[in-house]
Amino acid sequence: MKVFFLRIYDIYQFSLRFWKEAFLPPYEYKEVFNQFFEVGIKSLSIISLTGFITGLVFTKQSRSSLAEFGATSWLPSLMAIALLRALAPLVTALIIAGKVGSNIGAEIGSMRVTEQIEAMEVSSTNPFKFLVVSRVLATTCIVPVLAIYMGFIGLLGAFVNVYNNEQTSFVSFFQEAFMKITFLDLFTLVLKSAIYGYTIGMAGCFNGYYADQGTVGVGRAANTAVVVSMFLIFIEEMLIVTLINTYR
Amino acid sequence: MSTDTAEKYHKHTPAPIDCNNVVISLRNIRKSFGSLEVLKGVDLDVCKGENVVVLGRSGSGKSVLIKIIAALLRPDEGTVRVLGKEIDQLDARELQELRSKIGFSFQGSALYDGMTVRANLEFPLVRNQRKLTRQEVDKAIRQVLDDVGLSRTIDQMPAELSGGQKKRIGIARTLILHPEIMLYDEPTAGLDPVTSVEINDLINDVQQRYNTSAVIITHDLTCAKATGERLVILSEGKFLRQGSFEEVFHNDDPIIKDFYNYNFISDS
Repeated sequence: MKVFFLRIYDIYQFSLRFWKEAFLPPYEYKEVFNQFFEVGIKSLSIISLTGFITGLVFTKQSRSSLAEFGATSWLPSLMAIALLRALAPLVTALIIAGKVGSNIGAEIGSMRVTEQIEAMEVSSTNPFKFLVVSRVLATTCIVPVLAIYMGFIGLLGAFVNVYNNEQTSFVSFFQEAFMKITFLDLFTLVLKSAIYGYTIGMAGCFNGYYADQGTVGVGRAANTAVVVSMFLIFIEEMLIVTLINTYR
Repeated sequence: MSTDTAEKYHKHTPAPIDCNNVVISLRNIRKSFGSLEVLKGVDLDVCKGENVVVLGRSGSGKSVLIKIIAALLRPDEGTVRVLGKEIDQLDARELQELRSKIGFSFQGSALYDGMTVRANLEFPLVRNQRKLTRQEVDKAIRQVLDDVGLSRTIDQMPAELSGGQKKRIGIARTLILHPEIMLYDEPTAGLDPVTSVEINDLINDVQQRYNTSAVIITHDLTCAKATGERLVILSEGKFLRQGSFEEVFHNDDPIIKDFYNYNFISDS
């Protein structure tokens, strides 16, 4: 129990240090943009594929239920609500947790066990700023962008299914889809994606930064980064939805 | 005990040592990890221009000692003064400034895997001297690569380098900031004898060319004899004996005798 609370305290200190270092110069612009590329551009293909299939399959599965009530015309708005309120941020976060979170944990972990982080410290540079701040900033900023992108790609998947069945035009599909979407939905999408991104970055960096016991520790850091961030993402999803629904 | 076998490796020309100017001063350093007491009250002074070799078996606390000097670890007790500054009293900015004057060559070289040799060398330089132009950075990189004899590796990745080359680049990465103190952690560990001699020569060359003082952690007597003006034997967390190579090994202490015999297998 004592170890658990000490761990919580370490995480708190780690987060506090992130906020402190993120706003203090010098800034590692180059590394931040490098990480934007690593997290964003390199995840586009998997996000595109997953988003399109999610939209297409979800529409296909929902069609039969709605058809029983003659309500297939609700499909565009149903899909928009499902994708933008829940599926896009959640699925994007889970994919990024698996792809990027594990990568961050393993990369920083192996730098720790091969003394590369200590090498940065003794060469009078700040490894926390270079490794942690840049990665957490990148995941926090890029996950919302990817979630919005996945939302639209998912709607494209939904459109393909709707077009094949009802020959609805592109414009009327999207008009229909966005009729029920409010500013609060888009705000929530961005906010919770940013929180998920922050969680993924912090979980990866924290576990990597404090990795020990050689290669075993690196594997453990990568694994723990994914498990912890996925667990926290679901908890956060529940809390955010509960909170937002009180305003809706 | 004869030291003839070791004599042929000893190519070192001592640099001028200024013992009125102590660059590293350790007093009563104690450090434990859990119930294991690694350092049990260690005192050490390193003079300006002097290479001090700390010899000891694996697990004797050598690396802990060197990491305490570089402020990578904090001692449980005792004081560490480096270049006249007490490390415990420094804030983050002052510590960063002090560290720019200390070069640390890691046992495993600790080169940044994802960067080329050029980027490895550029990394500390551009972060410590932000006003340098691109040409000045390039010139500094080429200069240190020339100094360690590896100009051709500039665009290679660390994975493409041999163990000896990695050590040299690791040393070059510290030299690029023109440190006043060099700390070498097992500089010849894992290297073949010929490459080890080359690294020993490089350590001496760095001392002469960059006018550095150094603490060299090793269990390799050839390295110790070739590079150190003064040797210190660390055993079970305490300094057993110190002096020149001859002074240290001309005695009948069984620990020191064993250490010598296992390094220089036999005089015949």
